[in-house]
Amino acid sequence: MTDITKDAMMPPRSFLSQDAIQVFYRLLAALLICAVLAVLSDSFLSLGNILNVLRQASLTFFIASGLTLVVLTAGLDLSVGANVALSACIAGTVIHKTGSPALGILTGLACGGLVGLLNGIMVTALRIPSFIATYGMLWVLNGLTYWYMAGETLHGFPAGFRQIGSGYLFGLPIPVYLLLVFLGIGTFFAQRTVWGQEIYAIGANPIAARLSGIPVARRLLLVYAVSGTMAGLASIIFLSRLNSAEADIGESLTLPAIAAVLIGGTSLFGGVGTVFGTFIGALILTLVLNGMNLLSVSANWQPLVTGIIVILAVWLDMKTRRRAQ
Amino acid sequence: MREAAVVSRSNPLQRIPGVAIVLVLLITLFTAIAPGFLSVANLSNVLVQSTILTMLALPMTLIIMTEGLDLSMGAVLTLTSLCVAIVSLATKSMLLGLGAGLLVGVAFGLANGWLVAILGIPPFVATLGTLGMAQGLSLIVSDGQSVVGIPHSVRDIYSSTLLGVPVPIVMALVTYAAFHGLLYHTRFGTYIFALGGNREALRYAGLSPNRLLIGVYALGGAMAGIAGLLMTARMNSGHPTAGLGLEFDAIAAVAVGGTSFERGNGWLLGTLLGVLSVGVLRNGLNLISLPSSVQVASVGVLVIVALFLDGLRSRA
Repeated sequence: MTDITKDAMMPPRSFLSQDAIQVFYRLLAALLICAVLAVLSDSFLSLGNILNVLRQASLTFFIASGLTLVVLTAGLDLSVGANVALSACIAGTVIHKTGSPALGILTGLACGGLVGLLNGIMVTALRIPSFIATYGMLWVLNGLTYWYMAGETLHGFPAGFRQIGSGYLFGLPIPVYLLLVFLGIGTFFAQRTVWGQEIYAIGANPIAARLSGIPVARRLLLVYAVSGTMAGLASIIFLSRLNSAEADIGESLTLPAIAAVLIGGTSLFGGVGTVFGTFIGALILTLVLNGMNLLSVSANWQPLVTGIIVILAVWLDMKTRRRAQ
Repeated sequence: MREAAVVSRSNPLQRIPGVAIVLVLLITLFTAIAPGFLSVANLSNVLVQSTILTMLALPMTLIIMTEGLDLSMGAVLTLTSLCVAIVSLATKSMLLGLGAGLLVGVAFGLANGWLVAILGIPPFVATLGTLGMAQGLSLIVSDGQSVVGIPHSVRDIYSSTLLGVPVPIVMALVTYAAFHGLLYHTRFGTYIFALGGNREALRYAGLSPNRLLIGVYALGGAMAGIAGLLMTARMNSGHPTAGLGLEFDAIAAVAVGGTSFERGNGWLLGTLLGVLSVGVLRNGLNLISLPSSVQVASVGVLVIVALFLDGLRSRA
């Protein structure tokens, strides 16, 4: 690749700094929510609650980080929640049957990745719009999971395996370490590798990306496979945290993941956003839901609030972008 | 684009094969493998069970023709069904219940239209947001419990007959006739074709595409309100998860029926045949005692195949 095409694919500097400003605003928003909650509720600032928020946020982040890459290409993956459920149930079965957590983890990741790959094939080879292809996939996976589980609950896993989701290391929950690792990997991949930059280029202008020699279909396949694999990873964490698997565990996961991506400043129209922003997005959403919980608002309100947040986030994003142009 | 729409309107026969073949294949398949499928009782069962879906799939056709989508329809139907149940329980009046359902449905339709047309939010995300809102409101107004003790006047709607034809079927037929008249014989209908095919032309003609678009989504909400009445009557109760996922069957019916997701041309009769295909598929799988989970998965496969074929056609 020549230097010229490489330059052309780098986001212009002004964009990067604008990204930084956007992330800064969101950090401020998160701090503001923290301040408000600290005033409203005595238990918010307790160590137990803060660790709980971080652990919850990390679960949302695992799903949302893969989804971020998909949204960066101007696509959407509505099947992530259903993918988590199927992967968790299959991984759980493998652990029960073989007694080997390692094998179960591998199966969960493979199942998630395979589903993601199928999504990618539908979007690239069959050229079905991503939101409708993955929406169809959502229902296929839902049906498969309910059929596979037949109303059963898998339950009781080895103690070592349960450490992944509920254990602590130096006082911090293990999922938080995983969060830091994947935040680092995701940020490095998106910002510092050629493939990552190609993903931005595809989202910003797919035709220009194709004409400048980027293998668009192959990168899209990769992006959907990564999103599926991250759903597989999330399924492992869920499995070990809940110590059980049921067919319906994924139903309340997709909307929060999409909300985290959008709050984090990744544009639905592609090409703009960061994995770090998604982390802040997951944090903000978790803080809001945690705050509602501390103020004893019924959990019945969560879908309503998440729905409003999704719409607000898209609207704000479109407004700031329109002003920037 | 406009030209394509005109061609398909003047000669819908071009598109009969796809969906009709699917329907005939499904009927043949289940006649062969599912005992009792071809009985009069079962077939009329399929028809009655398809009525709620018809009421969602017809407005969904119009919405998809505008290159839109309404993922909130199932959740809104759930909410309107609960409103019908709660209001009719409190007032003992079926009409007040229907009025409440219509009001809530239209409010959500207007909100969807406003988000899509005025704020310019992509339809699938805007309606995903309102899906969450309707689902949340359903849980809140019902406190997660079923609403039981519905008055007879509501329940009877689903079970009574008019001149020997079950009332739900009459309602579905009237709805179809109304949508057919609206789409093919009014200016509003012509504008809907233009909304998907050529929005600029509407603007040059001095019309407001935004207002038309809001109207299309509001119509979807209103139909979810009427379907909510049928849902409550059918279940003889209001349930906070009753209609979740029904929007998917509606989208499946539209996709199988040959309405394109990208070209702004739609076909109402195709949607009706699509509804029957989904109904026959679910009923047949049920008869050979496959669980509803397999039905859901197979409808998903049906959609993906239909969209793949649509993609092939649009490239051909």
